[in-house]
This record gives sequence, structure tokens and C-alpha cells, in this order.
Amino acid sequence: MQQSLVKEDGAPLDAVILLVFSCLGAFGALLATAYSADPLFRFHGYVFLFAFTLAAGVMTVGMSSGKFRGDPKSYQDSVIRAGVIATMFWGVVGMLVGVVIACQLSWPRIFYFPDYGFLNFGRLRPLHTSGVIFAFGGNALIATSFYVVQRTCRARLAGGLASWFVFWGYNLFIVLAATGYLLGVTQGQEYAEPEWVTDLWLTIVWVVYLLVFLGTLWRRKEPHIYVANWFYLAFIVTIALLHIVNNLAMPVGWLNHRSYSAFGGVQNALTQWWYGHNAVGFFLTAGFLAIMYYFVPKRAERPIYSYRLSIVHFWALIFIYIWAGPHHLHYTALPMWTQTLGATFSIMLWMPSWGGMINGLMTLSGAWDKLRTDPVMRMLVVSIAFYGMSTFEGPMMSIREVNALSHYTDWTIGHVHSGALGWVGFITFGAVYCMVPWLWKKDRLWSDRLVEWHFWIATTGILLYITAMWVSGIMEGLMWREYTPQGFLANSFVETVSAKHVENIVRAIGGLMYLSGALIMSYNLWRTIRMPSSSTQDSAAALPALAVAS
Amino acid sequence: MWKHHAKFERHSLLLVIGILVVVAIGGLVEITPLFYLESTIEKVDGMRPYTPLELAGRDIYIREGCYLCHSQMIRPLRDEVERYGHYSLAAESMYDHPFQWGSKRTGPDLARVGGKYSDGWHRDHLIDPRSVVPESVMPPYAFLAKKDLDYSDIQAKVAAMTKVGVPYTQAEIDHAKVDLEAQADPFDAGGTALKKRYGDKVAQRDFDGNPDKISEMDALIAYLQMLGTLVDFKTYKADAPENLR
Repeated sequence: MQQSLVKEDGAPLDAVILLVFSCLGAFGALLATAYSADPLFRFHGYVFLFAFTLAAGVMTVGMSSGKFRGDPKSYQDSVIRAGVIATMFWGVVGMLVGVVIACQLSWPRIFYFPDYGFLNFGRLRPLHTSGVIFAFGGNALIATSFYVVQRTCRARLAGGLASWFVFWGYNLFIVLAATGYLLGVTQGQEYAEPEWVTDLWLTIVWVVYLLVFLGTLWRRKEPHIYVANWFYLAFIVTIALLHIVNNLAMPVGWLNHRSYSAFGGVQNALTQWWYGHNAVGFFLTAGFLAIMYYFVPKRAERPIYSYRLSIVHFWALIFIYIWAGPHHLHYTALPMWTQTLGATFSIMLWMPSWGGMINGLMTLSGAWDKLRTDPVMRMLVVSIAFYGMSTFEGPMMSIREVNALSHYTDWTIGHVHSGALGWVGFITFGAVYCMVPWLWKKDRLWSDRLVEWHFWIATTGILLYITAMWVSGIMEGLMWREYTPQGFLANSFVETVSAKHVENIVRAIGGLMYLSGALIMSYNLWRTIRMPSSSTQDSAAALPALAVAS
Repeated sequence: MWKHHAKFERHSLLLVIGILVVVAIGGLVEITPLFYLESTIEKVDGMRPYTPLELAGRDIYIREGCYLCHSQMIRPLRDEVERYGHYSLAAESMYDHPFQWGSKRTGPDLARVGGKYSDGWHRDHLIDPRSVVPESVMPPYAFLAKKDLDYSDIQAKVAAMTKVGVPYTQAEIDHAKVDLEAQADPFDAGGTALKKRYGDKVAQRDFDGNPDKISEMDALIAYLQMLGTLVDFKTYKADAPENLR
């Protein structure tokens, strides 16, 4: 067993496969680029060509100099280090674009450029959403999942270089998507904007990701699969299902960037929101719950509060989430029975969501004092509190009568951001603050004081953001339906736009504060990485089971 | 019971299958009936596929991300019906691949914007929104008027639409290019054939007011001006039992 593991990892078979794949990919990209008459398709062809050629070059040089022989006696951590850097990089980029588009809505006369269409709100907004959800969140999920699955299985990542393929392949997907948005390549479905070529590429990367993850589970030295890995697995498997079904489309031509969705009208609306809501459910919830289930107990040095609660809320969460999509389509042309079903399950969803919150918070039993002394712990706990808050707000907003007011307004934007900034952002920051000293072998972070600054600036920013959006959302919802005593509509539409001016500015300030926090964090991490390494030897717990055995 | 759960914790493939089964149920029960229940989409008069110029305009609407701020779905609420017009029917978007109902109204709903403003207003508004609506926060789209519409692949686009179920005829596919050119020029002789294929209500105008070229502005305004104008609400009985859902 030990021998075969060494051989599997040491033999450069994975490198050879990757080299052949890169060469074939470069050749295919060259042909497609050469024969296409579509400039946008050609542009992405060039991006592929560049990436594959670069990969082939790196593989050739690396193989000839004898690299790529993984050491089976250690965890595969270099890809996680790259993932952490990518997470912070894309986080700052995505948040910066968010601040820019918030400024556009606050000061349209300053932040718009009539001749540069690629800087308009409509093109930057997908860049912002994909940037923070898929680039920042996705890199965080991939990096932490690689970290957690190795530690909880006491096994090195499976597949040799496959994990590097997942990392670079996923980031290539992000570059394709992001450049596409700026150039106008979009299929026009929210959070599923990338066109068919990019979608196919992501599918390949995602399947390899699933195989690496499963392969590592198969190597595990622990009899049980740890709860965090259930959530990661649910996230990977379900996102694959959602991605493939919702992106079924007919390309205009095999060398044309544009495609038309296989579904139309009302059916398309429901598949899209089945996808959209479960991007929230499985990407932004299940995946980040997995982070919670590893990093909160680790940091608190306490076991998970309740094993049974984790079983119940895991299965209930993934079962119920899938039904909740139709609450995005209340009072639309979607049949009433579907709306009612969606709303019912959305309200039920409150319970398993709070099951996760309780399991996370109560893990701190006996360690609550850490909130005073450890700002990273505080960040993790506040993220769980925001999770509880937004998973209460969500079911409430899916009640038809509430939705009649909140739908189409800024309230939705506020709700999303209490989840995204509060829950997803903070749990990621907390996990990264934990991981960086562990990955770079440091005793501690460079500065706990800067973590304090980050925490308070970002928390204040979130509160400014969501209160501004509550005010503006409820205000515009009420203004739209306001009548004069004579029975006429009281406000023209544009009056509801100008009424939001102050709230828009407050929102931009809140977002800027949150971005500043991320910049402080990046600086702190950079200084941490540059600190001298700790002299302590690796403990047995920091090595895979193989090394312990030998 | 808790002991049985250990099977899932010890067998990763069992866990994967369990997850797949559990997450498949909701989607199957909710989504699949929409494809075969006849009551999902109302029977109406007047719906037709987009003309090639409108389809090209719709692609620009999607490209620019208009759907991120403008909905195309009027809800059956008193204020919306009075502000925007008859509530939207499922039939009105049945040829929309993808649908453009939207989720946010940073700007007003556009489901029935067709015919509400003149072509000239649209052109001025798109070039500089604040020239006609000072408080607007909409981005300017001056570049659309300067850019030639690239319709080299319009026939392929119409053909692709038929593959996903939009009922274009073979003649409509074959004449996609000439129909597009005819619609943007009020003096084009092809207008008769265009109207024969897509109906007399099709607007044949120089939408951007610039006769020198077919710009992206032409296509986008052609699309905006037909939004919500197709269904004949004189023959649609909203209170008829088959339309109550």
C-alpha cells in the first residue's frame, strides 16, 4: 500500500497527462481561433491558447528538471497557499468593482464614460457578483476544502498535479468570465452569465475537482468522513448538477461565442432561479458551513456542539434548499402552485439553517472568553451571527405579502449583502487568518491589532450597508405603491430613484469600509508570510498518516 | 437510527448517491410539470417570434446587462398595473431564450415600454439619460449610435432559435438578413415581404434617425419599441376559467 502510494505520487504520469492535455488544448485553441469569424470568440481563443501554451511550457521545464515529484510524506499545501493568495486577490478586485458600481449609482455624472461601454454598470455588475461569489468565494472554498480534506482524512491530496490543474483551471475560468463580461460576452442569466465555451471549461475543471476530493476521501486513514467533508461534497456535487442543467444551451455556431438557452420564458425562469437560489444554498451556504465545521472547532479548541444536530441539519438543509427557488418569482407569470410550494419550503428552511447556526455558536461553550482575547475567533462568531440573521430574513422575505413589497427593491440587495459580507466574507477571513500561519509555518499572525482594526471597520461597513439598503428598499417599495387621496399613483418612478440618493452614498461608504478592511488584512497577511518561520518541528498532527506510520 | 448513519460516513459513494437523490427530488417535482402542464402558458392571440432586427436588438439588451436594472415582468398588483399596464402573461415571454424577467428595478419595468416613447426620445435617452431625465442613474450608451450592427451571423442566430423551439419558418430563416435590413429602412422594398412574414404591426423605421447605417442603436430601439405590444388584450379574457391560475 505504502509502496503504491509513493509510486503513484512520485511517477510523473500526472505531469505527462497534463502536458499532453496542454498541448492538445493549445492546438485546439489555435485551430478554433484561426477559423472563427467572431472577434469575441477569437479573443477567448487567444486566452485559451496563451494559457495552454504557458502550461505546456511550465510542464516541459518542470519535468526536465525533475520537479513535480510530490512528497507523499507531507500534505500537498503549496496549492492551498496559492489558493489563499488568489482568494485575497480576487476578493479585493471584486469588492473594488462593487465600490465602483455603488459610486456609479450615487454619482452617475462622474463615474460613467459615454464612449467606454465596458465600464457601464450593466457590464461591471456581473464582474462584481462573479468576482466576489465565484472568484473570492470559489477560491476560498477550493483552498479550504483541500486543506480540510487532507487533515480530516490524514491523507495527501489524490491525483498528484490534478489539484494544481483544478486551481489554475478554475482561475482560468474566472479570467474568461471576467474578460467576457467587460467585452459583452454574456448569456444574460444572473450568476450564470458565462457563455457556453466558458461553461464547458468549468465543467471539466469541476469534474476533476470532484475526483480529487473523492480520491482523497478514498485514501483516508480515518474510518469516518468528517462532517465538514459532507458539506464540501454536497457543495461540489450539487453545483455540478445545477451548473450543467441551467446552462444547457444551443450555440449559434461552434465557432461563435453566443448561445441561446435551451429553456425559454417561464420554464427558463424557474430553472434559472432553481440554479440561482441554490448557488446561494450550496455554494454560499453548504460550502461555507463546511469551513465553519472545521475552523470554528479548531480555533475554539472545542468539539462540535452536537453530532446529531449536524446529521439532521445537513440532510434537512440540502433537501429543503432545492425547493426554495420559486420565491424569487412571486406574483410573476409562474403558476401559483409553484410559487406556493417554493414559499412553503423557504419558510421551512429557516429551521435547518438555524440548526447550523446553533451548532456553530454552541461549539464555543466553555470557550466564550476567546471572544475577548482572539479577534479571529470574534470574526468567525460574528459571521455565524450574520448567517443566523440573514437566514431569518430570507424566509421572511419569501412570504408572498412581504415579497410584494421587497421584490425588485434594494431590500433584496441588502439581504444578499448581509449574507455575503457578514457570513461568507467573515467566515472566509476567519479561516484565512487561521490558515496563513499554519500554512507558512509561523507561530502567529504579524499583528492582532490589525485584525481588530479589520474587524471593526468591516463590521461597521456591513451595518452601514445593510441599514442603508433596508431604508432605501422599504422606502422605494412603499413609494411605488403610494396613492394620493384622489386615487392616483403618488410618485413617478424617477422620484423613487432620486429619493435613494443619500442611501446610495451611505452604501458606497459602507462598501468602501469593507474593502479597506480587506486591504488591511492583505497587508497583515503579507507581513505574516514575510516573518521568520517558527523553529518548532512539525508535530505528528501536521503530517499525513503515512509519515506517522513510518 | 444514528448507527445507520455511519454507513454514509464510511462510504463516500453512498454519501454522494444520498446527496444526489435528496437534491434531485425538489427540482423534479417543481420544474418538470412546467414542461407538460398545459395550463402553464396561456393561449393568446398575437404572439410571434422576434424579427431579425428585434432579435439583434435583444442580444444587445442582454450584452449590456439591461436586465440587471430593468425587469420585464409586471406583477398583478394595483399600482403596477396602473403604472406599467396589463400584468405580464407567461405567453408573452414564451419565445424568450433566455427569459428577461429580471429581479431588480433600479430603473422602471420595461415589459410594456413599446410605443410609450418616440424613437427620438429613446435615442436621446440612450445617448445621455440625464438629458431627458435629470435624476436618472442610468449609464450612457452613446457608443451604440456610432457602432455598426454586426449582423453577419443573424441567419445562424435565427436558426439556433428554432433549435431551442422558437417556431421560425424556413423562409424566415432564409430571409433573416434581408428582413433585418428592410426593417431599419422605411423606404426598403423588402418591407412588404417582412410584414407578410411577421405581421402588419411590425414597425419599419429608421429607429436611430441616421439613414447612413444600421447601428446597434437601431436594433436596440426596434426591440424596445415592440416590447409588450404583441398580445391582443381585446381577445384575452383574463377572468376566463382557463386563465385563472
